[in-house]
Amino acid sequence: MTSVIDRNAFEDLKQMAGADFIDELIDTFLEDAPQLMIQLQAALASNDAESFRRAAHSLKSNAASFGANHLSGLAKELETLGRENKLTEVGGRLRALEEAYQTAARELKGMA
Amino acid sequence: MNSMHEPGRILVVDDNKVNRLLLTHGLEQQGHLVETAENGRQALEKLRAGNFDLILLDIEMPELNGYQTLEACMRDPSLRDMPVIMTSSLDELDSVIKCVEMGAEDYLVKPLNPTLLRARITASLEKKRLRDQQRKLFRTFANDQVADQLLREGFSLGGKYVDASVMFADIRSFTSLSEAREPQEIIELLNNYFALMFDAITGHGGIVNQIEGDGLMAVFGTPIQRADHCEQSVRAALEMLELLKGFNQEQAALNKPQIKIGIGIAAGRMISGYTGTQHHATFTCVGDTVNLASRIEDHTKIAARPILIDRNTREKLDARIEVEALGPVLFKGKSIPVEVFAVKPV
Repeated sequence: MTSVIDRNAFEDLKQMAGADFIDELIDTFLEDAPQLMIQLQAALASNDAESFRRAAHSLKSNAASFGANHLSGLAKELETLGRENKLTEVGGRLRALEEAYQTAARELKGMA
Repeated sequence: MNSMHEPGRILVVDDNKVNRLLLTHGLEQQGHLVETAENGRQALEKLRAGNFDLILLDIEMPELNGYQTLEACMRDPSLRDMPVIMTSSLDELDSVIKCVEMGAEDYLVKPLNPTLLRARITASLEKKRLRDQQRKLFRTFANDQVADQLLREGFSLGGKYVDASVMFADIRSFTSLSEAREPQEIIELLNNYFALMFDAITGHGGIVNQIEGDGLMAVFGTPIQRADHCEQSVRAALEMLELLKGFNQEQAALNKPQIKIGIGIAAGRMISGYTGTQHHATFTCVGDTVNLASRIEDHTKIAARPILIDRNTREKLDARIEVEALGPVLFKGKSIPVEVFAVKPV
């Protein structure tokens, strides 16, 4: 299985949080991220670009902190669409985001 | 991973739970005390209630974003000196620059780099400590009114012309006094003496801006302008003599040395401002009026009068203050003689 987690970024995070705290931090991310994806879907359904942008922004930021760069990149694209009020162009990106999250989450669980 | 640096009280402001947890835990590990807020409104409430040394402020937040929060901090005199470090993603750098221009101390890019985080926090806390020290130092020199004005308007180096009075005061024959006594006793004597002089000066709206050896310089009418600075400076001088009289009586009762002082005052236009660097500034006044006050103070030795003043000061005095004209005196470095007046002690 190829890794989707950037080890350097993850090590930085670990150093900052402390080795004994990293598990709790991963848990928090794995609890928060699904909420943010629900928020993305809801915002898309109600065409609320601002709420969409915020959720994407948080997901982008958190994914980057854990070194989940692909996931962070996808979230960033969504954030941009939200900012530019182009929710009609979201298309299959939410689905791709969901998949990227599942992959990253699996790997992070294994690192805890 | 304990920090060798002194801990600070840090407020972490971020709407993102992962970021809050990460920063809180990371900073606590470095020995700091950390509190959190989820948005700007909450942050301002905590800042106004508590005593923080540093804020880590996210830009993108609901309710009140980082930019608006920073703006509110800068408008609040009790918060404007608190260092703020912006935290943001790389693509928000435009906003970060705006924040730094507005007064944010520094910024950190997320994802955070642990080394940079530590370095920036340490540097910001250190700067805050220096500023606090400077402020404390300033409070001991200036009266509360002046200190408050400065805290409100901020320190800015640079000067302006003002109309004010300058006072120099020196202990006479202090050298012979100091040779005959224990060093400890001399310092104690000086400290007691200065404490009394400061009381008299700040009690009349003046600020002591220099102490050198046994001498001091004080200004009246700047940095806060007041029309009665001549009157106030002379009244301060009279009170200094009064306080000294009581001090000498106590000293005599304890068989300790007594002191005599000379005070010189001149009034007029001078340049007032802060000299030094942003981290080590002194409020000072320069110009002919200041030189004259110093010469007049020196002349108290020859005139054998404790308080001497120039004509400008004399002209603004209340008739109830008794003054005697001593005639013109030619001071070193001056081409024309200057009229000098002696103020009679009460």
